[in-house]
Amino acid sequence: MPVIAEDMNEITLENLWNTPEGHRVLSCMQCGMCAGTCPYGEVMEYPPRRIIGMLKAGELDTVLRSQSLLTCVTCYACMNKCPRGIRLTEVLLPLVKEQTFIQLTDMPAELQKALENTDRYGNPLGESPRKRADWVKTSKVPVRILPTDRKPTDVLWFVECYTAYHPRGQDNCRATAKLFHALGVDFAILGHEEKCAGECARLTGETGLFDKLTDYTMKLLGKYKFNRLVTSGAHAYDTFVHEYRPRGFNHELDHTVSFFASRLDQLKPKLKKKLNYTVTYHDACALGRHNNMYDEPRKLLAAIPGVKLVEMEHNRENGICCGGGGGGMWLDTYYKAKGYERLSERRIKEAIATGANVLAVSCPYEVSRFEDALKTVGGNSNMIVRDVVELLAESLEE
Amino acid sequence: MNILVLLKMVPDVVEELEVAGDGKSLDTSFLRTIINERDDHALEQAILLKERHGGKVTVVALDAPDIDDTLFATMAKGADRAVKITDAPEGMTTQMAAKLCGQVVAGLLPADLVLTGVQALDDLDGLSAALVAQQLNFPYIGVVTAVTAGGPTATVLKEFAGGVRGEFAVTLPAVLGVQAAEKPPRYVPVAKVRAVMKTNKIETVSAPGDAGAAQIEVRQLAKPVVSSHAEMLEGSPEEAAGKLVELLAQRGLL
Repeated sequence: MPVIAEDMNEITLENLWNTPEGHRVLSCMQCGMCAGTCPYGEVMEYPPRRIIGMLKAGELDTVLRSQSLLTCVTCYACMNKCPRGIRLTEVLLPLVKEQTFIQLTDMPAELQKALENTDRYGNPLGESPRKRADWVKTSKVPVRILPTDRKPTDVLWFVECYTAYHPRGQDNCRATAKLFHALGVDFAILGHEEKCAGECARLTGETGLFDKLTDYTMKLLGKYKFNRLVTSGAHAYDTFVHEYRPRGFNHELDHTVSFFASRLDQLKPKLKKKLNYTVTYHDACALGRHNNMYDEPRKLLAAIPGVKLVEMEHNRENGICCGGGGGGMWLDTYYKAKGYERLSERRIKEAIATGANVLAVSCPYEVSRFEDALKTVGGNSNMIVRDVVELLAESLEE
Repeated sequence: MNILVLLKMVPDVVEELEVAGDGKSLDTSFLRTIINERDDHALEQAILLKERHGGKVTVVALDAPDIDDTLFATMAKGADRAVKITDAPEGMTTQMAAKLCGQVVAGLLPADLVLTGVQALDDLDGLSAALVAQQLNFPYIGVVTAVTAGGPTATVLKEFAGGVRGEFAVTLPAVLGVQAAEKPPRYVPVAKVRAVMKTNKIETVSAPGDAGAAQIEVRQLAKPVVSSHAEMLEGSPEEAAGKLVELLAQRGLL
């Protein structure tokens, strides 16, 4: 079960030592497991272990000036490995990151644009809010848009930004709609009223923007009657679980992967088309390490006729982040300029090494990240990248 | 040093612009306005100068939808005062707006510098800054990309075609039309804007009576007519390359 951090908003760097979480940080024995497992541990001037040491020594300003936390992709690897159970990625690193963010003198341009876009247009891509549901016109099955048809719905599908706007994300949308339809699910979307759920704003350190977005979304969800929220966004799912719940969100909740996995008995007989793919699955950090959703995507993939599942060297809780979390999605140029390896490139090499011809993913950031990585370091590989829902929808076809 | 920044809101082209039923104006039903990009640079340059030399930055803007959010954001970035000009006539030409703004700016003097964007989406001629300078009887220099102040003159870099830059000395007070600040406009965290909304106030000034009469009339506003289209070459890279070579050969280009 995921940890619901209900007391998280009460903790600040100033009062940290007076909280149970602060006491836990004090128990750090400087073993270095966190720094060792951190995908950018070797390039960070202050990896998590040193941050704790500096914090204890009252040297936090040095850490903030180093901007080390700009390199934190919030992959939960350090927290997952900490033998003392310090909630590094949930509590400590966001607090340090927020201060780093406030004190940033030169914000990396792409990150700034993404945040400004999210504030102004409700999506980091800077697309028109009015066009958020434009993809519906290309769907082969009907998709109900709640603001124009307000009757209650069983499933409220929170589509999220990259899914709604990115051309490859829209492939995910069409696949998801098709799967809902095949299962006879009563579903609807929020159309132009939906805005980013905000997780990346929070984990970038832009907590004011996150609060603005959560306030908006909580009010918006209150306008409609629905039983269950299903989202295509791995980060949106994560933030609904860990941040919206404590703010009063109390509906049933699923990521598309967990939703379809829970209906696999009904779905499996419909998966008739044989796909002759050898598939390796990349665990999204927000679903895997932070929400223990390791089996569901694998069960879905294994149910597709003709699919052979192979694992990468680092998988499940040891999976390597694609580099897109915590604002990393908009820091590729920054990382490259500093000479860091892009994590999506590190990961795609592992995927290729499995001999698989399909890399399956379940986070809308990952499709474009890995397709780009294939272009830069993929060599002659014939690997393709597909969301799990895309593969399921493909198998539905006769 | 005291700096006045004149800024305005322009249509946000993230939403497609539509022509209104009268065929002469923009349909405002879905129109959102956004700070003119060059004015945002003028503000950044003003704040950079304030950080270097001290002083005060006052932002002046004509009332527009979303203007309050924009003005609060300018104060969160470092402006000391924000003045909104209310009750201006609708549909003003650039000349009329400059005349109004010039009068308001004159009332806010003394200032060492008046900074504004050299152009705007709806003022590609770059008239505003020069007209305001003329009205104030201040020297004007436009397409400015850097400012060094201190003493009775300022040294400014002005951009020319082909990346050529000229260095000019200008006697203060002066009006500068800013092309780009020395650094990209800074980010201001949402929490900071929200805090400023609680603590700061936007001052308002009623538009002075005389904006003059429009000497230019809009006859028609129309979207470009599609006259031809791009031909997409389909197929594998090899097939597409083959077709491209064929096309180039047909047109005698090979």
